[in-house]
Parts: sequence; C-alpha cells; structure tokens
Amino acid sequence: MLGIINGKVYDPSNGIEGQVRDIWVRDGRIVSAREADRGKAEIIDASGLVVMAGGVDIHSHVVGSKVNSARKFRPEDHYGHTRERTAETRSGSGFTVPSTFLTGYLYAELGYTTVMEAATAPLLAKHTHEELEDTPMLDMGAFITMGNNHFIMECIRDGLPEKARDYVAWLLNATRGYAIKIVNPGGVENWKWGRNVGELDDEVIGFGVTPRQIVTTLARIAEELDLPHPIHVHGINLGRSTSARTTIETMAALEGRRGHFCHLQFLSYGKQKGTLHRSEALKVAAAVNANPNITVDIGQIVFGEATTMTSDGPLQYGIHMQTGNKWMNDDVENETGGGIVPIRYSRSNAINAVMWRTGLELALLIDDPWRVLLTTDHPNAGPFMHYPQVIKLLMDRGYRAAMFETLNPRGRKGAMLPELHREYSVQDIAVVTRAGPARALGLKNKGHLGAGADADITVYADMEDREEMFARPRYVIKDGVVVVIDGALVRERPGKTLYVAPAYAPGIEADIREHFRKNYTISFDNFSVHPDHFPHREMVQCR
Amino acid sequence: MKRVVENVTCTFCGCLCDDIIVEVEDNRISRVRKACANGRGVFLDYDPTPGKPVIDGREAEWEDAIAEAAKVLARADSPLIYGLSSSACEAQRKAIALADLIGAIVDTTSSVCHGPTGLAMQAVGEPTSSLGEIRNRADLLIFWGCNPAAAHLRHFERYSLNAEGTLVPNGRRDRTMIVFDVRPTATSKAADEFFQVLPDGDFEVLAVLRALVQGKRIGLDSVGGIPLERLRDLTGRMKKCRYGVFFMGMGLTMSRARDLNVRELFSLTAQLNEFTRFTVMPMRGHGNVAGADQVLTWLSGYPFAVSFARGYPQYGPGEFSAVDVLVREEADAALILASDPAAHFPRAAAMQLKRIPTIVIDPMLNLTAETAHVYFPTCCYGVDAEGVSYRMDNVPIRLRGALPTVRPTDESILDSIIEAVKRC
Repeated sequence: MLGIINGKVYDPSNGIEGQVRDIWVRDGRIVSAREADRGKAEIIDASGLVVMAGGVDIHSHVVGSKVNSARKFRPEDHYGHTRERTAETRSGSGFTVPSTFLTGYLYAELGYTTVMEAATAPLLAKHTHEELEDTPMLDMGAFITMGNNHFIMECIRDGLPEKARDYVAWLLNATRGYAIKIVNPGGVENWKWGRNVGELDDEVIGFGVTPRQIVTTLARIAEELDLPHPIHVHGINLGRSTSARTTIETMAALEGRRGHFCHLQFLSYGKQKGTLHRSEALKVAAAVNANPNITVDIGQIVFGEATTMTSDGPLQYGIHMQTGNKWMNDDVENETGGGIVPIRYSRSNAINAVMWRTGLELALLIDDPWRVLLTTDHPNAGPFMHYPQVIKLLMDRGYRAAMFETLNPRGRKGAMLPELHREYSVQDIAVVTRAGPARALGLKNKGHLGAGADADITVYADMEDREEMFARPRYVIKDGVVVVIDGALVRERPGKTLYVAPAYAPGIEADIREHFRKNYTISFDNFSVHPDHFPHREMVQCR
Repeated sequence: MKRVVENVTCTFCGCLCDDIIVEVEDNRISRVRKACANGRGVFLDYDPTPGKPVIDGREAEWEDAIAEAAKVLARADSPLIYGLSSSACEAQRKAIALADLIGAIVDTTSSVCHGPTGLAMQAVGEPTSSLGEIRNRADLLIFWGCNPAAAHLRHFERYSLNAEGTLVPNGRRDRTMIVFDVRPTATSKAADEFFQVLPDGDFEVLAVLRALVQGKRIGLDSVGGIPLERLRDLTGRMKKCRYGVFFMGMGLTMSRARDLNVRELFSLTAQLNEFTRFTVMPMRGHGNVAGADQVLTWLSGYPFAVSFARGYPQYGPGEFSAVDVLVREEADAALILASDPAAHFPRAAAMQLKRIPTIVIDPMLNLTAETAHVYFPTCCYGVDAEGVSYRMDNVPIRLRGALPTVRPTDESILDSIIEAVKRC
C-alpha cells in the first residue's frame, strides 16, 4: 500500500483541478480512500506538490527497424550523450535516438509512463516487439502502417470492404499492433515508381485507387472493429505548401468518422509569394474546432538537433535533396517504405522559424485541449526530452514572446503568434500530456487517478519556471512502485506491450496465404509475431 | 517414426530461406528438402546428442564450467566478447548484457566482413529495400564484388535473378544482370554483361560512374581496366531502368579503400534516385549477422566494435575491433559466442586468443573451441531451438526448432554466467 497525501491533484478526467487529495495505491492500481489501509501504507507527503497521472505520449518513434537504423547511422548523435551502468540499470547512449534502456529511463525521468510507437511495418513487427522487451519503464503499443498496403488496396479496387476489414483485423492480431497507422496514403507506393501523390483523388500506380479511398475505408474499418484508437493519419503533402488544404480536405472526407491527425504542424502550410510557406494554422485549427470527431497532436519543433524518420519515402528523399544531409531509405515489400535524414532546426533559419510558430499557433488556436495533444513527433521535430520547454512555451506568453523575438525576421513576418495571448493552465497541461492522449487512445486505465487506474503517477514541485518543474519530477511511480526521485531513476521495472485483438472471419486466412505465396519473400506461417516475443503484455479490449 | 516439419528457416547465410522442409527420425534430421548444398549441412551435419562442457581439455560438470567462466570474466581487466552472428537474437541480447555488466569490449563478425559497409552507411546513408521489392520490381541487377552463385546459393531463385515477381512475371527474361568483379566467377557466368575491374580499381570505377551520372566530362579512355564508353553506356541504362539494385560484397569491403569504396557505391545509388528508383543490398554472410548489428545497436547505439570498459558504450572501429584488440594484446580474456576466430583471424590475433583464457559457446567443437579454456556445447538455433534471426535485408524471422531442445541454449549459458558473475 502506498499513499501520496496532501498533494494538489490535477486529474482532469475526474474533474479535479488542484484540490488537495490523497491518492492510494494497492497492487499497482489506484484504489478509493475507503480501501486505504493508512496504518500499513508507505506515505509520500506531497504537501505543496503537484500530483498528476503518469504522462502518455500518443506519437513517438522510439523502437523498431526505422529507429534502430537511425541509431546505427548516426553515431555522431550518441557521442557525449551517454549513461553509465549502475547496479540497478543498464548503460546506454544517444540523444535524438537513444538506445532502448536509456529511452525508457529518460521518459520515466520526465514523468512519462506510457508511449505509443508511431509506425511499424507489418513485416518488421517482430523487430519492434524485440526492442519493446528491452525498453523498460514504459507501457507501449505499436501503430501498424497500412496506408500503402497492397492487400488493402486490392480489396478497395475490387469493391470488397468487408474483406479489407477482416484483413486489417487479422493483421493487427498477426503483428500484435495497437492501431491503424496511415502514412502518405498511396504516396509511398508511388515512391516505388519514383513518384508521389499530391491530391486526395490522385491514382495509386498499379492499383487504380486513391488516397481518399484508402483513408475513408480504413476510418470505417477502425470504427467497425471498435478499435480503441481510430485511424492515426499522417496525411499527404507533408511539409508542402498544399498541405493545409489537403489536411482540411482529408478531415472533411472522414464525414464525421473519428480520426487522429498526427504532427499537424508539418501539415498546416499554404502558399505565399517568395520561397517561404505560409502558416495556415488559423484555417486548420478552424477545421479541427469544427470537427469534434478529430483529435490531433502538434509535432512542435524544438530548435537544435533532430532526426527525421517517417514511413513517407518520398518525403525523406525530398528532405535529403533539400538539406544535402545523408539519407536512409527502406522500401518494404507489399506494405510500406520509409526513410531517415538528420536535421538541425535553427532560429536563424526562416523556414524553421515558420515551422516553430505554426506549431504553437495550432496549439493556441484549437479551443479544446482534449483534442490537441503535446508531441514533438520525437525525434522528427525534436527529441522528447524537450517537452518541458514546449510546456513552458504554452504556459508562459512572456517566454514565448521573448523566444519569438530571437527568430529569423523573415520567418516572423506576418505571424499571428504575437497576437495569441492564451496561456495553458496546469490543468490544460495535464490534459494535453496525459488525460487527452489516454482518452484519444482509448486507454481506460491510463491518464487519470480514479479508482481502478494503473498506479502510474508523477509528482512535480510547483515551480514558477514551468520548464524546470516538468523537467525534474520529484517522484515518478510506475505500477505502484517509486521509480524516479528528484528527476533521477532509482529503480528499473519492465514495461508492458499494449495490443488489440479484434475478431475476424477465419476464412480470410486462405486469401492472405495465397497473397503471401505470390508476393512475399517469407512464408505466411512465419509472419505472425510469436507470443514469446513479448512476455510482458496486456491486451486492450476493443470498445 | 517419421515427422515432417515445414517452413523451417535455414541459418547458413543471410538469405535465411524459410521454406525448408525437414524430416525427423529418431531425433535426428534424416532428410532436408529445398535447402541448398550449403544449407543442407546445417541440418544434416549437426549432432544434437548432449555433450559435456570442457575445461582445459577435460570434461567437466556444467556448474563447474559456469563458475570457471564467470571467474575468468569477472577477474579480467579487459575482457573481449566476440562472434554473435551465428547465434539467435535472444543470446545476442544476453551477450551484450554480460558485456555491460563486466565492462567488456564487444565485437561481431561484421568487423571482418561488412564492417566497412556500416562505416559507409554512417557517412553517406544507404538507400535500400527489402528483398521482396527486388523480387517484385527490379529489372536491373548489378552485382559488385560478390558471388552469390557460390555463397548465397538460392539468392537468384528466391530474391533476384530468376525469381518471378509481380512486375517481372517472366523472372530471368524480364531482368538484366550485370556483374563487376576482379575475376570471372560463377556469378559473372550468369550475367548478361561482365565488367572486369583491375584489382583495387573499384573506387576509381565507382567515382567515374558517379561523375558520368552527373553528366560530367571525363578525360580518360578507360578506368580500372574498363573502357569509358562501356561505363557511359551503362549509366544510360541505369538511369532508364524501372527499379535498379546493387548487390555488394566483400570484394568492395575488404579490398583497397574498403569503406570508401562502399561510400562511393552508396552515394551513386542515392544519386540515381534523381532519375529512377535505385537501391543497394549488402550481401550479408552469416545467418544472423544482421541481427547482431541490430541487437548491439539497440542496446549500445553502435553496430560493432563497442567498448563498455568505461561503464558506458564507446564506439571505435580499429580501436575496439576484435582483431586490433587481440593483436595489440589488450584483451586478457575472451568469450567467443558462435564463431570460430582461430580459424579466420590473422595469425597474430589467433595466437593471442590461445594465450589468454578463452571461453567458447558453440554447437560445434570448432578450432577455437579445441584450444579454449572453457567450452560449452550448446544447441543449434533453427535446428533444435527456437529463436529470432535477421535476414540480410533486416527482416526478422522466427526460427523453428525441428528437434526437441535437449542441449542448453546459448542464451541459458550466458544467463547462468551473468548470474555467476554477479555472485563473484
């Protein structure tokens, strides 16, 4: 039994905003005060401290094939960013792409206890699960890329949406995935021909289907399967001056179905005279505000080192050509692709300045904090270790204005940001960093402190400097065990892999087997993730 | 009683063919179907009869051998852990955990094989693909300094030259094959066109190809023994193909200029994407050498030549690579996992291995094991134990164990050593 008493509790899911409450924990779960056995409990006196649920990251690239390629190809990222082994913990290295144990430690030391890996190719899902086993401290799920999947596109072409639905359910089971991820629908397949898509009604070469059909079909399938998280969309035209328009069109195409649009900052640009894109945060935010079926995360850029890595093959090639930086590409048979390019965001760069303010404008213009969640699309827009800085930018308009003044003047021109005086409250931060992502993910036991929730709890000192406050939690508790004290890891614990297991008609397997025989280089019988791959696991029920 | 096991994966080479059918009789594999000549030996030559560990040439009890190995490693000032690439990822993960615990230097067979490929990738990147993309799309195949017709016997059939794919339904007839090498090989005999490069001339040929792709004027009649006109003609065809692939091997990584050769090739591949799609595939040798790169990278940040001596991972090809550490007589104890460096290393390095206490974990009593201080006869992943391995294109495959696991696994031995070291 553990009691965290006298703390100022911020638990938006249960309507608690800064009231002094005691939180009681037994067997890794939060229990009601009635069930508390005060005499036998270990007590943490949180008087004057802020108590929240453990942080939940809805979109981060931390494990699996693409991340590991980035680790391998960026030794320069790791020098000087090392951690020594201790009797309790493993050593590690890396800044934008830390090694697995270090990733778990760094997230925990930031008060985060749940993280979603944003993109896993089905063929490479085993790799993701192997790394998850070596990533302690965090409960994690993997989003499975399906936006360029041949089997799904063939079903759409042949007018067989039920068959596509059974396949998607089978695929989530086979890969032990958590959600349907869509990355540049159709564009990644076209990249295998050296092309891309630019409009929702462009044709995917060889399939005669369109990005619009892929997105709407998968959105419907996610609802029909009652998946806890809807489609998770990285739309077409990322980074281009047409992105805001096609983002809004994609939202409209959902016709009220649920959808999560990730790292929206990268997809909120319009055209203006000259070489710079224009921030279309106002228009995109208006579309989000008008569509209650939509959640988004920001993908806020942070000045400094980053590593771009997406399943968006043509995008990554474009970044390589634009920056001249080294480039990894990986086309994955019948499914998806991807690439990696290192990047450095700089205040003196006008393009980066526009990106920076676009992210903040979105966060400040979207009214409902439950639907605009905090991410840096780690490590694409910056590493997650910088979340406290982003929090301070949202909470402190003086700090925001001061940083804005340091940006490239060309990038500041015409900015709406200086007129946005909104400041996030502590409760708003609790929403965008835990309660909101947990709700969007359909994780009923995460992101709140009510009875029955997982005992993942973070205690912060209530400091005026919000960056310092959120950078160094006083306590982090995972599954009811104190794992971090004063911002430093004190105990390692394994995390769990979260996955879904939607039902499907077993007859689909014969078709999929034939698809494998024709198109894959591994046997159908060797494709599925073996349960031994992840002894630490928890199935999340479909709704 | 005969039992048939299907979809078995062969671990001989980086192709990891996963369509093998084996027949089991009296707890031995009696017949293997679909495997190549190299692969059949993996199944047929292995004797799964349990053996006993050996200390200094004498049979010993398991617990005594574990205790002795732990004592040697715990007392060493600069232990080396080497090999890894013929074991499964489960064991590789334990080997790195042990290295972290005792502050060892870890190196894999990559360092004497495709290590320079890794350095090139770190310098300029690597546009690559899974093997299925090559099977389904590639119409231009260029093999450079590699000889799959001898080393990766089913590569042509399953992944490249002869494979029938969605956009190349007629297999061989829909593809053009070109070979660059310093001598004619079994592979070059299968090619439509062979470019014989002068020994150590690869860098120059690659540099000129890059210049030609960029449309630069070259004031030479020939380069690396090849007439310029032939190279110019080739660049034209490279730009016009639908999906081109370079396959590269140790002819580039282990000849003069090493990683610089590979850098040129990877840069050329990237450049060609301005005109069409082009990727490159390193032809990895050992069954799970790609997995060794992967595991060491996710645990330390680096793919080979890593030292944990300072308590955190440091990267140092040339400094922490096994051959160098041995030749400089820095390592004072070694643990060799699933590898035979005594048979493959330069003499000075192999001699040093004999002088220091060496622990070998391997299914076979190989040359290194014969002179080891402690030898553990373990099971063979993919034959009598399950485990994960990564194909040359980094696709992970779960190995089946056709035979029951009777011998201890590499993983369990390493686990026992870790526990014993903690008690030392």
